[in-house]
Amino acid sequence: MFVVGDPDHTQEDAAAAPDLEEWFSSVKPTGKYLQGVRLQEVEDATTIRVRSGQLLITDGPFTESKEWIAGFAILDCADLDEAIEIAARNPMAYEGRLELRPIHSMGGPDD
Amino acid sequence: MITDAAALAVTRAVRAERLRIVATLTRITGDWNLAEDCFQDAIERALDRWATDGVPDNPAAWITTAARNRALDVLRRRQTEHDKLEKVHTLAKLEESADRDSEAEQYGDDQLRLLFMCCHPALPLPGRVALTLKTVTGLSTREVARAFLVSEATMSQRLLRVRNKITNAGISFRTPPAHRLAERTAGVLSVVYLLFNEGYAATEGEPFRDELSLEAIRLADLLTELLPLDDEVHSLRALLCFQNARRAARVDADGELVTMEEQDRARWDTVQIASGLDSLILARAIGGSPGYYRLQAEIAALHATALDAASTDWGGIVAHFDALIDLHSSPVIALNRAIAVGFRDGPDAGLALLADLEADGDLESYPLLPAIRADFLRRANRPEEATAAYRQAISAASTEAERRLLLRKLHEVAPLD
Repeated sequence: MFVVGDPDHTQEDAAAAPDLEEWFSSVKPTGKYLQGVRLQEVEDATTIRVRSGQLLITDGPFTESKEWIAGFAILDCADLDEAIEIAARNPMAYEGRLELRPIHSMGGPDD
Repeated sequence: MITDAAALAVTRAVRAERLRIVATLTRITGDWNLAEDCFQDAIERALDRWATDGVPDNPAAWITTAARNRALDVLRRRQTEHDKLEKVHTLAKLEESADRDSEAEQYGDDQLRLLFMCCHPALPLPGRVALTLKTVTGLSTREVARAFLVSEATMSQRLLRVRNKITNAGISFRTPPAHRLAERTAGVLSVVYLLFNEGYAATEGEPFRDELSLEAIRLADLLTELLPLDDEVHSLRALLCFQNARRAARVDADGELVTMEEQDRARWDTVQIASGLDSLILARAIGGSPGYYRLQAEIAALHATALDAASTDWGGIVAHFDALIDLHSSPVIALNRAIAVGFRDGPDAGLALLADLEADGDLESYPLLPAIRADFLRRANRPEEATAAYRQAISAASTEAERRLLLRKLHEVAPLD
């Protein structure tokens, strides 16, 4: 679950956002929250590429957009609907956006 | 070698059993792609076997057994050690499912689960509807493509992407939780409506595939039981009843198509119209501002209760179309509004609106546009232009019955042709 900052929401939306600690305390005991991180501000991002053997380093995020990746959490859910229900209770669903992406079956060091 | 008899028997068995087999296998294995593949495999075996051995007494049962056995084979051969217990459990359930009586009870639920899976909001809306038409009703990709005014190649790609997303994103075969039920309904309703329309004017073979429309009405009935407090569900049912009530009057004694204007309204099914009105009254009573299907049902009700085309409340119909466009603007709705305006204000007003729509270019691939223009030109007493428009419409007609109807109209304006 990518946590995305998104200025496109109203003050009412933000006011209606549930408490983050409540979200943690409801999700963690279920064992479905494996891990998560909150990232520093997007101003501190550095983007790198290697092209034609050259390392290119640029200031800022990989994409120019008004939304930015603010963090992520790894959830262990039976299916998409379960992930949607958990994400819909996270405050960032109200003040930002949450992008749910399945982990690729060949995507981890354990595979 | 594939004989005609075997091919025909397969076609019939597929029509009747496809949904049951795919839904049951999906529930048991939890793997929808596996269910689809096994069903397809069973169809291929049937074509092969029946051509040499003859068609069995019960073709549907033969295909069900072949699909289930294929699923057993595939699962047994799967190399993954992952979820071994679950696999054993699934195999046991598959073996049990040979008892068709116990499966029959689950059928209704399975069908709904499959509908909700195909209509999951995480899928793009066009993909949801396309997938349900393809999977649940077994329409060909070409027929689904026509329903969406896109090419067959585009539709194949769309179906492939949607199927992949279901597998990769973990969209489950289950009914949504109660608090999500309402928001999952819109996609299911549009599927049912498209299904009905496909049955009302089918692409290939006979012009009307009654069973498709009846299946759509049956699904609408089921949805009214599942979601009795959703006014749009009742509105959709009303709409389908009104349209289906005209079915018998849509062809004359020679099997030729008859336009609504010229239909013998004594042949409209008053029982179905009354049933539609009951549903519409229920929908109004549930309240809320009228949605997409309510407005269409209101329009259909005005047609269904009018004595003839001339005394139809065209003003009321245009007003409902205006509300519909505010809610859900689409080229086809704009076209139907133009027709209603043409009846209310005269053919010149209709032609002016059609010219605007053609200038927008959204309706280029819509085969009825030249036919509608031709009718307005005929009413406006402009026979030369009407003749040219009918010729264009005839070359764009997608069924033989439509083509013959247009030819008759052409001969009305150009009798020497």
